[in-house]
Amino acid sequence: MWKRDESAKPATTPAPAPAPAATPAHTPAVPSGGDYRPQNARDTVNIGKSVFIKGELSGSEDLTIEGNVEGRIELKENTLTIGPNGKIRAEVFAKQVIVLGEVTGNVTATEKVDIRDNGSVDGDVTSPRVAIAEGAHFRGAIDMQRSGQSATAAVSKPVVKESPVAAPVAAAHKAGA
Amino acid sequence: MAGGLNDLFSRFGGRRGETPGETGAPAASSVPDLAYPTKALPKFLGNMAAKPTPALLDLGPVVGANVSFFGEELGCRIRVEDVFGDIERHAASGTLDALPEYFRTRFKSEPGTVDGILCWDVFDYLERAAAASLAAALARLLVAEGSLLGFFSTASDAGRAQYTKYVVVDQGNLRYRTYPGTRVRQRSLQNRDIIKLFESLRVSDSFLMKTNMREIIFRKPAYLAGL
Repeated sequence: MWKRDESAKPATTPAPAPAPAATPAHTPAVPSGGDYRPQNARDTVNIGKSVFIKGELSGSEDLTIEGNVEGRIELKENTLTIGPNGKIRAEVFAKQVIVLGEVTGNVTATEKVDIRDNGSVDGDVTSPRVAIAEGAHFRGAIDMQRSGQSATAAVSKPVVKESPVAAPVAAAHKAGA
Repeated sequence: MAGGLNDLFSRFGGRRGETPGETGAPAASSVPDLAYPTKALPKFLGNMAAKPTPALLDLGPVVGANVSFFGEELGCRIRVEDVFGDIERHAASGTLDALPEYFRTRFKSEPGTVDGILCWDVFDYLERAAAASLAAALARLLVAEGSLLGFFSTASDAGRAQYTKYVVVDQGNLRYRTYPGTRVRQRSLQNRDIIKLFESLRVSDSFLMKTNMREIIFRKPAYLAGL
């Protein structure tokens, strides 16, 4: 008897219950959609398709580029994603680089370079970890450090390029998006 | 005795399901994702491991798994020069005659700067003149005691216009992944022809595999380093 009641109750009681539950579920979805940002977009900046940047781009937030950038990109502590529409002609320095678009220039990452399907890199890659997907295009040299060695003497050689970048933790964002 | 018989049977038949490459014909085209044993690769890796930060030249198309493998295994600098792509381009445009001249200036690296070269089976797709030109260019790139790994098919491919990506599974196994092209394998090279091709190098190891593939490692003798 009681069980029947209980089973029946949820059908009726949920009516008020879901209301409060539904609102919190909705609230994060709506603003993120309205704000044109991905889920954990707090520290991610997008450069849209129509944006063209020429010069030096540096920052301390993750960055997704869908537009065109020419020059130099520095995100020493962050992830740089070159979206499917992104076209980069630049020297790139970042903690992690994910390529879905086109990059022409040398790429240096302190953690990982990931060239995804249809991504294209024309230049030398320096990183302890490099992943190249099956449909990706790559032309250049790859410099990886021996996994056993820590980031010391031997490693510092290929990363030398990065040393001038190391000092400033530039928060200045020249990205206009 | 039993062990001997088993060994004998395994030579002829192979054990299905374990190492498909041992069943004889290179069934790579029909079953492209099988792993085949390699004996030269571990030797080649051994040669490379002796160097602190070796420079490696890969003539095959880019294979992400190989880049990761060689990078992590050897901590080396890898340059990928897709010579198969060059051949395909020339074959498609009907300019294969220009390949010998093209290979003479194809590689931008300084002579004597590369510790290891992965040729895979690129020579199977070249005419004699182009093969000689490429071999000479590669020999120039090698450092003294540098190694060159080449695969040479000993069986005809029945005119299949396709290339093979050799994906490193581990030190002792390769996965053959074929992909379509316009060029077919040329007639298979005899051992003496291969040796003649790399006049300035010395054969350090040679293995005739049951996949009908001859795997050869050449090394550049120190006394020829300046050539």
